[in-house]
Amino acid sequence: MNEPLIYDMSVAGRTSALLPALDVPETPLPKDLLRDTLDLPEVSELQVMRHFVRLSHLNHSIDTGFYPLGSCTMKYNPKINEDTARLPGFAQLHPRTDDEGAQGALALMHQLQTWLAEISGFQAVSLAPAAGAQGEFAGILMIRKYHQDRGDTKRTKILVPNSAHGTNPATVSMAGFEAVELPSDNNGDVDLAALRAACDDTIAGMMITVPSTLGLFEGHILDVIKAVHACGGLMYMDGANMNALMGAVKPGELGFDVMHYNLHKTFSTPHGGGGPGSGPVGVNDKLKPFLPGPVVEIVDEGSDEEPPLYGMKMPEKSIGRLKAFYGNFGMHVRAYTYIGIHGDSGIKDITRHAVLNANYIRVKLRDTYKVPYDRICAHEFVLEGHFEGVENVHALDISKRLMDYGIHPPTNYFPLIVPEALMIEPTETEDKATIDEFIDVMKKIATEAQTDPDLLRTAPHTAPVKRLDEVRAAKQLVLCCRPVPEWAAGD
Amino acid sequence: MSYIPHTDAERQQMLAAVGVTTIEDLFEAVPASHRFPKLDLPAPMSEMEIMAELQSMAEANEHAGDFALFRGAGAYHHFIPAAVNHILLRSEFYTAYTPYQPEVSQGTLQAIFEYQSMMATLTGMDAANASHYDGATSLAEAVTVAMDVGRGKRRKVILSPAINPQYREVVRTYHQGTSTKFVGDNGQAGINDLVDMLDDDTAMLAVAYPNFFGQIDDLKGLAEEVHSAGAILVIVANPMALALFKSPGELGADIVVGEGQPLGIPLSYGGPYLGFFCTKMKHVRRIAGRIVGETVDEDGKRAFVMTLRPREQDIRREKASSNICTNQGLMALSACVYLSLMGKNGLKQAATLNYHKAHYAADQIDMLDGYTVDRSKPFFNEFQVKCPQPVTEINEQLIQKGIIGGYDLGQDYPHLQNTMLIAVTETNNREEIDSLVAELKEIAS
Ligand SMILES: Cc1ncc(COP(=O)(O)O)c(C=O)c1O
Repeated sequence: MNEPLIYDMSVAGRTSALLPALDVPETPLPKDLLRDTLDLPEVSELQVMRHFVRLSHLNHSIDTGFYPLGSCTMKYNPKINEDTARLPGFAQLHPRTDDEGAQGALALMHQLQTWLAEISGFQAVSLAPAAGAQGEFAGILMIRKYHQDRGDTKRTKILVPNSAHGTNPATVSMAGFEAVELPSDNNGDVDLAALRAACDDTIAGMMITVPSTLGLFEGHILDVIKAVHACGGLMYMDGANMNALMGAVKPGELGFDVMHYNLHKTFSTPHGGGGPGSGPVGVNDKLKPFLPGPVVEIVDEGSDEEPPLYGMKMPEKSIGRLKAFYGNFGMHVRAYTYIGIHGDSGIKDITRHAVLNANYIRVKLRDTYKVPYDRICAHEFVLEGHFEGVENVHALDISKRLMDYGIHPPTNYFPLIVPEALMIEPTETEDKATIDEFIDVMKKIATEAQTDPDLLRTAPHTAPVKRLDEVRAAKQLVLCCRPVPEWAAGD
Repeated sequence: MSYIPHTDAERQQMLAAVGVTTIEDLFEAVPASHRFPKLDLPAPMSEMEIMAELQSMAEANEHAGDFALFRGAGAYHHFIPAAVNHILLRSEFYTAYTPYQPEVSQGTLQAIFEYQSMMATLTGMDAANASHYDGATSLAEAVTVAMDVGRGKRRKVILSPAINPQYREVVRTYHQGTSTKFVGDNGQAGINDLVDMLDDDTAMLAVAYPNFFGQIDDLKGLAEEVHSAGAILVIVANPMALALFKSPGELGADIVVGEGQPLGIPLSYGGPYLGFFCTKMKHVRRIAGRIVGETVDEDGKRAFVMTLRPREQDIRREKASSNICTNQGLMALSACVYLSLMGKNGLKQAATLNYHKAHYAADQIDMLDGYTVDRSKPFFNEFQVKCPQPVTEINEQLIQKGIIGGYDLGQDYPHLQNTMLIAVTETNNREEIDSLVAELKEIAS
């Protein structure tokens, strides 16, 4: 049975008594400016609770089951994070509070900037970007402004490997550059010859994901960086896969000029069913003056008795503001909590175990599924979701069949350079028993593909709904359950 | 402390299966010269220790739990029903990923569909997306839509100076790599002055409703002017005010954007908030961000799915109109639960309380010697007061009395020196308002 829409439970005249009575004299309302109707539901608190709790039951989530979703780092979201972010001193702090009155928040942001810079080997960090894609946008705008600042205006292109996440080429266009796609070689690395051929004085920079979206440490990353730097370009690292690098290598030390972090991946802030995230950017000294602002700085060092005084500052040649206020502060509190709890040894253990879990699954599945780049992988790997001799069973069918076993599908059909890609990222927080069970299920599905392929093609069988008619959704386009207002009708 | 479950024995079994001896052997592809750098971080902390540290940091802040707050200027302290947080803490919602797999994400998808429906009706439009990062980035994305509607031939965007100054900064940040020209907002232009700037190069005109000064501008006839110039009208709205005032749709807006924070989202020092984006159906294929639509499954059962997907970056790549991927999904859920709980009557009641309390405060302050309230236009829950002293000096004295005073408009508007923008909401009781008035009087004497 369907869960009805909240509007379908509405009964005219039902009110809730949530607000206090008016305790000041009334002022007449400006009648001709007022609206006639307000089309919101009229329901009780109990109806609301039941509705949303029932809806919640229709979701897969980390706290209900395994989520081997490549590129997304669906690790456990520690509960303490939710409590610290809700401390009244943070949750009820107005963003226009004078800096003197927000010293606790500023101290936290300053420490987080410092920790993130240390983890990745950069000189400075801005917490302003609201998500990974906004971090990318900030990074490419900084590269643009850096060249302009030097009077170098002929650089109009950014190199992007064909394995890149969609946000990378989209970012390049948004920032006013042309995206030049680079092929990958047989090892899944950037094709060095093609790269060298593309490098000239029209190249503003390159965006590259490390480890790559195939889950591989780029074999010749230092050569790639060298080639781009040699032609005057800057190097952007997509840090979505930072869970593979902490304590293993610092991108800043490899020579990257700028990268973004996904706090909602590596640093355990929840995905929230699509957001909010947080995408801080780290830079070296070259790009520091261009950081998006404001950033937190120490205004007065303080002394043994006096703590330092922190303040918000707009960097000297900043690309500007990316959103109102200072980034998704609630996510900063969560990431701070997470780094604080792990400390130096814990942070490096995260990466080591994320990589161990991924490799363990890879070797256990390599005889059942084709692993196109079968070498030691980073925190994730890609396999091909189809079988020789079995027609019409696709990565999508395997994905949907996994749902019947209570497991969320891996990322599928990405990266684009692997046919029928299934990208598997277990993360470090899954225990061996869960992982072994996943391996068994994947093998069982491979057998089912041979013996009863329809079982896969018609999956899922136990999910709240069967496969959906996506064409109908796009053609009939029902985006709102309320009547179209008269003034919008006919458009 | 950490959340890694491996025992020594399990680790050994797994390493053996992979065929290596130590976990470090898995990192040989990393250039040896840079492998295993030192991490200069503090030692791990227990849950108790980190909580104690963060509690003391949190308490170092002057927050609305301890102070009477009269500051708004883009973020508002409103009442949030307890049930909102209980729903947000449902693991099934907050630990879920983006609903790319609709069969196991119907909870998130239906909630977003309901959110879209509520936002569309509140703004008087017929479609909404699943969110942008905040009100400012929603406005920046509206500019991209306007450029597309103008087919790249119209390059001019007219911005009212009474739009939140930070929004106008963000819009410029977003479009610095393009040839879009922003005009209109570097002085004191009123609505009629903005209309005079319309020409055949204009792609869009944007105004705020209420504006940054809390005022309701007279927008009658504006849409006709904008449309007859061939441009689109974008209205930046405060959703709480829309419970009382005519919807932007009724006023003829083509796109309505704004900050959804007033709808059940805590102040949280500026984020995470909720950028809402509502549009007329005819522009829906041009807008950025995720959109949820209704459909059926193979059995004909009603279900929801992300739709018009070919607009998005993962499919269109460099041809996508925006790179947005992760949005503010959970904040949209907050707004949806909030609007359900408040409902038709509760939201109107909250907005009415805001209106009366703000007007009461304004009347009292206006009677004080040395203070003048701007009454040139109707206002909602925020108003401007010309003060006898610099606003920072007044605020320094108010904070000593447990009051966070209004916003200093002189920071953004040179002609508004000594002008304070005061916000009053349903969370301010009469006692707080009276003490603000008494302290302002004291300061001026
Ligand atoms: C490799 C990669 N880059 C960039 C992004 C974009 O990050 P966000 O969704 O936070 O904008 C993602 C995540 O979806 C990703 O996997």
